[in-house]
Amino acid sequence: MFELYFPIAVLAVVAVVLALVLMVLSGILGPKRPDKVKLMPYESGMDPYGQARDRYSVSFYLVAVEFIVFDLEVVFLYPWAVRFLDLDAGAFWAMMVFITVLLLGLVYTLKKGTLDWDSSTAAHNRA
Amino acid sequence: MDLLHDLSYFWPAAITSIGGLAAMMAAAFKTDMRWVNAVAVFTALSATVVAASDLVAGHSGLLFSGMVAHGGTAAFGTFVVSLGTLFTLVLSRSYLEKIGHHYAEVYALILFATTGMIVLASATDLVALFVGLETMSVCLYVLAGLVRERKTGIEAALKYFLLGAFSTGFLLYGIALLYGATMSTSLDVIAATTDKGGLYWAGVGLLLVGFLFKVSAVPFHMWTPDVYQGAPTTITGYMATAAKTSAFVAFILVLGRGLQGSVEQWAPVLEIVALLTMIVGNLIALVQHDVKRMLAYSSIAHAGYALVGLTAGTLSGYDGVLFYLFAYTLMNIGAFAVLAYYETADGQERSTLEQFAGLGWQQPALGVALSIFLFSLAGMPPFAGFAGKYQVFAAAIEQGYITLALVGVLTSAAAAFYYIRVMVYLYFKSPEQPVSLPAVDRLYGWTILLLAGLTILFGVMPSLIVNLF
Amino acid sequence: MLTTYLFILLATFAVASAVATILSRHAVTSALFLVLNMVSLAGVYLLLKAQYLAVIQILVYAGAIMVLFLFVIMLLNTDKEESVLKQISLKMVVSFLLGTAVLAQLLFAVAGWTDTLPMISAAMTEVGTVEAIGDQLFTRYVLPFELTGILLTAAVIGALLIAQHHNKKGTS
Repeated sequence: MFELYFPIAVLAVVAVVLALVLMVLSGILGPKRPDKVKLMPYESGMDPYGQARDRYSVSFYLVAVEFIVFDLEVVFLYPWAVRFLDLDAGAFWAMMVFITVLLLGLVYTLKKGTLDWDSSTAAHNRA
Repeated sequence: MDLLHDLSYFWPAAITSIGGLAAMMAAAFKTDMRWVNAVAVFTALSATVVAASDLVAGHSGLLFSGMVAHGGTAAFGTFVVSLGTLFTLVLSRSYLEKIGHHYAEVYALILFATTGMIVLASATDLVALFVGLETMSVCLYVLAGLVRERKTGIEAALKYFLLGAFSTGFLLYGIALLYGATMSTSLDVIAATTDKGGLYWAGVGLLLVGFLFKVSAVPFHMWTPDVYQGAPTTITGYMATAAKTSAFVAFILVLGRGLQGSVEQWAPVLEIVALLTMIVGNLIALVQHDVKRMLAYSSIAHAGYALVGLTAGTLSGYDGVLFYLFAYTLMNIGAFAVLAYYETADGQERSTLEQFAGLGWQQPALGVALSIFLFSLAGMPPFAGFAGKYQVFAAAIEQGYITLALVGVLTSAAAAFYYIRVMVYLYFKSPEQPVSLPAVDRLYGWTILLLAGLTILFGVMPSLIVNLF
Repeated sequence: MLTTYLFILLATFAVASAVATILSRHAVTSALFLVLNMVSLAGVYLLLKAQYLAVIQILVYAGAIMVLFLFVIMLLNTDKEESVLKQISLKMVVSFLLGTAVLAQLLFAVAGWTDTLPMISAAMTEVGTVEAIGDQLFTRYVLPFELTGILLTAAVIGALLIAQHHNKKGTS
């Protein structure tokens, strides 16, 4: 069974080795002349202030949750797509129902303004 | 077509899920809340009617390639769950309006939870059981934390979620081990196993732990008081009745259908748990001053009584539990509904015993109804609670569990004290400041009276429903 | 033999990283150990010839769900964050990996010596393919599959209801 995974193993090894080699090479070969400005974190050319780990809006989290929901939809879609021709009509309608349910969920999300980043439209939808 | 044929026996779940989707769309398009409530109530009503007609029709069999059963125990579970949902939806409207959390999403979540409960209560395959359980739980986690402004609401949601997820882990691990031991998740195949090794018993043990967590049996009951207290009151009633009913019906199906052959092994375990649950639940309830929290402990104690019927491990035991769940649903939703009214009636939040002083004279009909529910919860004849207790204890005695029945009767006597204490406050204590409660919403009042009437009806004539099993 | 060896190696890594997830005091370190745990499990799935499950394990769990975990950790806004990178040293990472690998080697040797090596049966070869999953999911398990749709939708509603601010009017 391992012959099948051999190309993947090669790819994984190449990826790791290449990354290590490049890091080590740049460490050895590159000139190092650090100064205060160069070591400063890059924040669009402005002087950085405050912590990088700041609290931020829960909206990001909502988008992540919804991403997972629709990611899982794809997980179910893929086996269906692979076996589409061999499965009967029941499976087709089962998937249609499933997609419809999640589509309604998406409509709900859109109407609720979760994906609106412009605060004025979001406020309008929420009101 | 095959799937459509199966669906025709599984309408209640389909109806509630469609109703849930409709409520979700109503939330998206900001429909008038009166309509949302009406549609949700109509959905639950039609699910109840269909479930009742399935129950009366008396056919039975397996659906969806053995995933769920219809008829018999499953049909009765579906009926009780739908009925509990129906009453919850009718009662929730005015309560949620008063606490300012009347959203269409609440209806969507309740109906989705009901779909999960129906699948859970009819599952004959552990995969269906698990997905049903999760659907129910996810909705309930959110509903428990509906009142976010209060710390207790957040605590309820978080505690429920963390401990619920933890217990689901036990259940899932039990399912995995049972699958490893028997090569199947179907209860019928598991029942046919003869080769019972360590893997099998470990699986059964973990499955039991998971279930005992879900029905809040001692020593897995810690989450119940905080969750029941923090959740909105009508939702608490929903969790204590419909959710518990579906978990118990699933428990009956798993034990009676899948593990009946090992009854000698699991019955002693359940016996100890039932003893502990009855004693601990009732004793702690004795010292509660918050009525809602007292009812939470009382619900733990009632899980103990239901476990007595399961311990018997016979058909009459299971039937006793089913009737008990039905009776418990009627009286407990009623009790929480009156509590919800006292809590919100005139803008002063009431939940402790002292605050209930003299309230019984204010709206006499509601006071009488609450008394009926409390008498019934205490297990006094001629109310439904008595008939339920009688059946589970009789089944236990039949199988020789005399101690269990004895402890059950003794703890019920102790329990009568804390139920009646509420009535003492309602009628024989005078309030510090004179209160006058406004009249109750008409539909709300009539629903409570209907529940009280049913509690009496099925106490006097339990055969009306017992013959349907 | 190689399969059995790999299984013990991956299983040891899965258990060790799970224990480390619980024991490590720092949320971010915990999360990283959890990633290792999920990747080890994906390896176990591969050994069981459940390729689709292995890919999904990496994509959904190690990918999407870990992102969610890290989001939550960020939302927590704990103050002692600066010391994280100082705490994780290359030495500790290498010692964890090597220690676990040596433990696996030991377990393998002991298991071979006491003749308790787990066997991976040939019967499971064909059950893990996408085709097999598709055939089962849309025929036998169609009801749990549909219910999963409801479950996911309920999760969307729940997340929005918890996270969004409602006005206290009673109509949302």
